[in-house]
Amino acid sequence: MELREQILRDIEKDARVNLHELAIRLGVSEAEVANEIADMEKEHIICGYNTLINWDNTSLEKVTALIEVQAQPQRGLGFDAIAERLYKYSEITSVYLMSGGFDFTVIIEGKSMKSIAQFVAAKLATLDSIRSCATHFVLKKYKDYGVVFDETRRDEREKITP
Amino acid sequence: MRPMTSDKIRALAPSGIRKFFDIVHEMPDAISLGVGEPDFDTPWNIREEGIYSLERGRTFYTSNAGLMPLREEICRYLVRQQGLKYNPKSEVLVTVGGSEAIDIAMRCIVNPGDEVLIPEPSYVSYRPCAVMADAKPVTIELQESNGFKLTAKQLEDAITDRTRVLVMPFPNNPTGSIMTREELAPLVPIIIKHDLIVISDEIYSALTYSGRHVSIAEFPGMQERTILIGGFSKAFAMTGWRLGYACGPEEIIRQMTKLHQFTIMCAPTTSQYAAVEALANSQSEVDQMVAAYNERRRFLLHAFKQMGIECFEPFGAFYVFPSIRKFGMSSEQFATRLLTEQKLAVVPGTAFGACGEGNIRISYAYSIDDLKNGLSRIEAFINSLK
Repeated sequence: MELREQILRDIEKDARVNLHELAIRLGVSEAEVANEIADMEKEHIICGYNTLINWDNTSLEKVTALIEVQAQPQRGLGFDAIAERLYKYSEITSVYLMSGGFDFTVIIEGKSMKSIAQFVAAKLATLDSIRSCATHFVLKKYKDYGVVFDETRRDEREKITP
Repeated sequence: MRPMTSDKIRALAPSGIRKFFDIVHEMPDAISLGVGEPDFDTPWNIREEGIYSLERGRTFYTSNAGLMPLREEICRYLVRQQGLKYNPKSEVLVTVGGSEAIDIAMRCIVNPGDEVLIPEPSYVSYRPCAVMADAKPVTIELQESNGFKLTAKQLEDAITDRTRVLVMPFPNNPTGSIMTREELAPLVPIIIKHDLIVISDEIYSALTYSGRHVSIAEFPGMQERTILIGGFSKAFAMTGWRLGYACGPEEIIRQMTKLHQFTIMCAPTTSQYAAVEALANSQSEVDQMVAAYNERRRFLLHAFKQMGIECFEPFGAFYVFPSIRKFGMSSEQFATRLLTEQKLAVVPGTAFGACGEGNIRISYAYSIDDLKNGLSRIEAFINSLK
């Protein structure tokens, strides 16, 4: 595996990994790792470092919905312009252009079902270029970004084996 | 009353690792860097295939030699990995782990009194298997100064007119040593000249960190005298499925299959179905595990260097074998004190042969966090010795 791919795989799993330690693990200098990361940030390969939070385990109310959006691309603008009108909303956390029966998957977070419903009715459904919205509320998150929530791993192996 | 068990089996020394295991077992709060199996779970696609085979009611015996689709996958795998061609109908036997293959290979090829050359330190079962087959195990002591590799001179010096078998335990447990094409080449003419059979235990072949593993069977004139033993435990994190294989000359595989048939009929059916999936569709999972092991390997070596503990750089398996000679203790004393004083279990090198004296085996089949925890205990221990 080349260095870039290896760095990406490692920091995708743990963005907080210590660079000095990562350099040791990859058998290169710390400067080399730091430079690669800086370059990949410039090239928009690395686009940010988020924290994965299971909001269900907090006392805060947070509702996630996935909206299937059918759009009407306008002459000369195409889907990108519509996507931009969607992703500018801070409530919307993800926008994907899709193949298949609808055009965009929009993921939205809100304080309550009601606030999301209002947002969809007032902001999304009224856009000229949007033909329909089907809103699906998330009931429970089991796994996100490769991490299973509420999983504690225990080493059940025998302590000494040949 | 006469003894209830055979003299031969009673005389067989128990595994050196067992003794240590018993001590550790009494200490539930101890942590360990002592396991010889992956920390990863078997990839889900493989487990799912095993479950599916149960759902489908595939709970019967398979043919003695193993499911034909599995034998075919093994052959394809060996072509891909080593460029070696075997006939799935006659040159492959699916076994219960590599361990069974070692046992029946030994029993099939030696006559009483034949000498079996065993480079040590190495896995614990070669010697007892040779003894149980009434052969005479002859140790070749591998040297740390040679990177625990077998040299032509050592081989030549150990051969007598009774020598029949050479065990090739590379990539090596416990040292992590591998042998490159250049290092294997000088052994080949000696093996051929003395008409030896090679039992090549390549269970760790997928876990190498400096280029692909080279099998001694790849050399001209060697495939026809080599029993290549492989398995699923290490590469695919499938230790509990108990599945391995032996590939070799038709005549040997025929005799091994006969023995296998009388002792266990066939390898576990569920495991065999899962193993087909492992070989066919799991390379990317294996690549990621290998990358993770490699990072841990570098991490450990760096940490030992920082601590001033000598450790030659191993390029295979998932072990490092640092030298603890400078602390003036035997391997067993060191391991025992480390366990009682810092509650960290490692395996004394002597569990893998007397010439493992002066070293300890540390496994990196652990997460980086576990390794850090273990390393801090080693550091605390050696600081307490100063």
